[in-house]
Amino acid sequence: MAFLSFLISGISLGSIYAIIALGYTMVYGIAKMLNFAHGDVIMVGAYICFYATSRFQLPPLVGILLAVVVCTILGIVIERLAYKPLRAAPVLAVLITAIGMSYFLQNAALLLWSSNPKVFPPVVPTGKISLFGGQLTISYVTVVAILCCIVIMLALTWFTSKTKMGKAMRACSEDKGASQLMGINVNGTISLTFAIGSGLAAIAGVLLCSAYPTLVPTTGAMPGIKAFTAAVFGGIGSIPGAFVGGILLGIIEIFAKAYISTQLSDPIVFAVLIIVLLVRPAGLLGKQIREKV
Amino acid sequence: MEPILKVEDINVYYGSIHAIKGISFYVNEGEIVTLIGANGAGKTTTLQTVSGLLRSKTGSISLQGEDISNVPAHKRVARGLAQVPEGRRIFLQMSVQENLEMGAFTQSNSGIAKDLERVFEYFPRLKERRRQIAGTLSGGEQQMLAMGRALMSHPRLLMLDEPSMGLAPILVEQIFEIIQTLHKAGTTILLVEQNAQAALSIADRGYVLETGKIILADNASALLKNDAVQKAYLGGGGG
Repeated sequence: MAFLSFLISGISLGSIYAIIALGYTMVYGIAKMLNFAHGDVIMVGAYICFYATSRFQLPPLVGILLAVVVCTILGIVIERLAYKPLRAAPVLAVLITAIGMSYFLQNAALLLWSSNPKVFPPVVPTGKISLFGGQLTISYVTVVAILCCIVIMLALTWFTSKTKMGKAMRACSEDKGASQLMGINVNGTISLTFAIGSGLAAIAGVLLCSAYPTLVPTTGAMPGIKAFTAAVFGGIGSIPGAFVGGILLGIIEIFAKAYISTQLSDPIVFAVLIIVLLVRPAGLLGKQIREKV
Repeated sequence: MEPILKVEDINVYYGSIHAIKGISFYVNEGEIVTLIGANGAGKTTTLQTVSGLLRSKTGSISLQGEDISNVPAHKRVARGLAQVPEGRRIFLQMSVQENLEMGAFTQSNSGIAKDLERVFEYFPRLKERRRQIAGTLSGGEQQMLAMGRALMSHPRLLMLDEPSMGLAPILVEQIFEIIQTLHKAGTTILLVEQNAQAALSIADRGYVLETGKIILADNASALLKNDAVQKAYLGGGGG
């Protein structure tokens, strides 16, 4: 029964990683850049929700909505100000800018909200579901995280495969020049991608802090790196890959903590990544398409 | 009559390389005009400047009398320009039908079904393979898809960049037949080709490009007989 409990915890943590990883992977897919500030957008989302619900006493749902709106706008602004001017610049310049943006957000949070840890209020009702006569208990947050991830996954799959804008997004991620020749506004599509990724980051931030309720300006850093790992693990650029990579990473982390060692869980997670990349450099679901001549 | 496309004195640079040196040409409604020349003469660069992927530092590009030099590439499509790019550049990971739908991005959804049928009439192979991923198509089919995709936007001017590149002779013939069919149906065509013989034999007029300049402009039939053209691009003859 302990095994099942760990498995569910792992899936739940993995769901949060997957939601964050979606932001990394979608942005990489279209802008071919690693947005290392993505993790810090999570932190901003969590702070917004924290202030909305505990300082201004707004209902949790309003707090979440506010966090999503603020992060969506933040994502668009970051892209416009920091990344768009570098569209034609070398990859390294963009990467360094993204790292700089990450530090900027962390330090801005430090100035605005200080380094004192905030105790994140429960936005998901506390309580547990009891199964098998109390042998297996699952908290509501665990269930909500998994459900959120499933809903987001289904919605994104529908969006990218059925809607005109979603298909345009896939077209842009394959060939921006050809997309322009179709009449697609590539800059607008990139903005939309950042908006969606950052909105999802806000949801992930709220879920993360509901499960682990200590909020500091560096809260987003480690989950950000882990989710990035998950995205690479699953195959960067692939939406199902982010999902699979996130869930697997969560399960590996929880199992490593439970059965091996709490201190060693992170090294184990990253060791798994290295092994996967040695065997499959494109990640689990990464695409390797050969061009026809 | 106002030409449908009028390009005046464009100069295009790649960094410090002066790729297009003051080119001017025009295309009248209903014509097939071809730009021929060796590899690196600037044919593709010229087309990309017309479609807006590249910008000229000088001069102007007018479509149906309107200056579009400062209109971004994606907005030129709605004004009636479509380009089939060199190397086809179809969306390899999307299905055949999705590729065609992307071609109709500027169109309203209501007309897409009818436009698909029209494209499938020109290219029946695409209909058979509509659900297939575009990357699995053969080279000839990919060229057909690229052309069908461009037709989905109802272009006033269709620009084709090396449609015969890398195709077997029988397929080249087929592609050129389709170009003529499209022309008869009323599409104005600007054709860039290394296969000068094939291009000039279907074109009304032609321009010969050499190192970023137009060195000859004449009726296609006259260019076919021109000694210099024969020597340089048609494999001897007149020498």
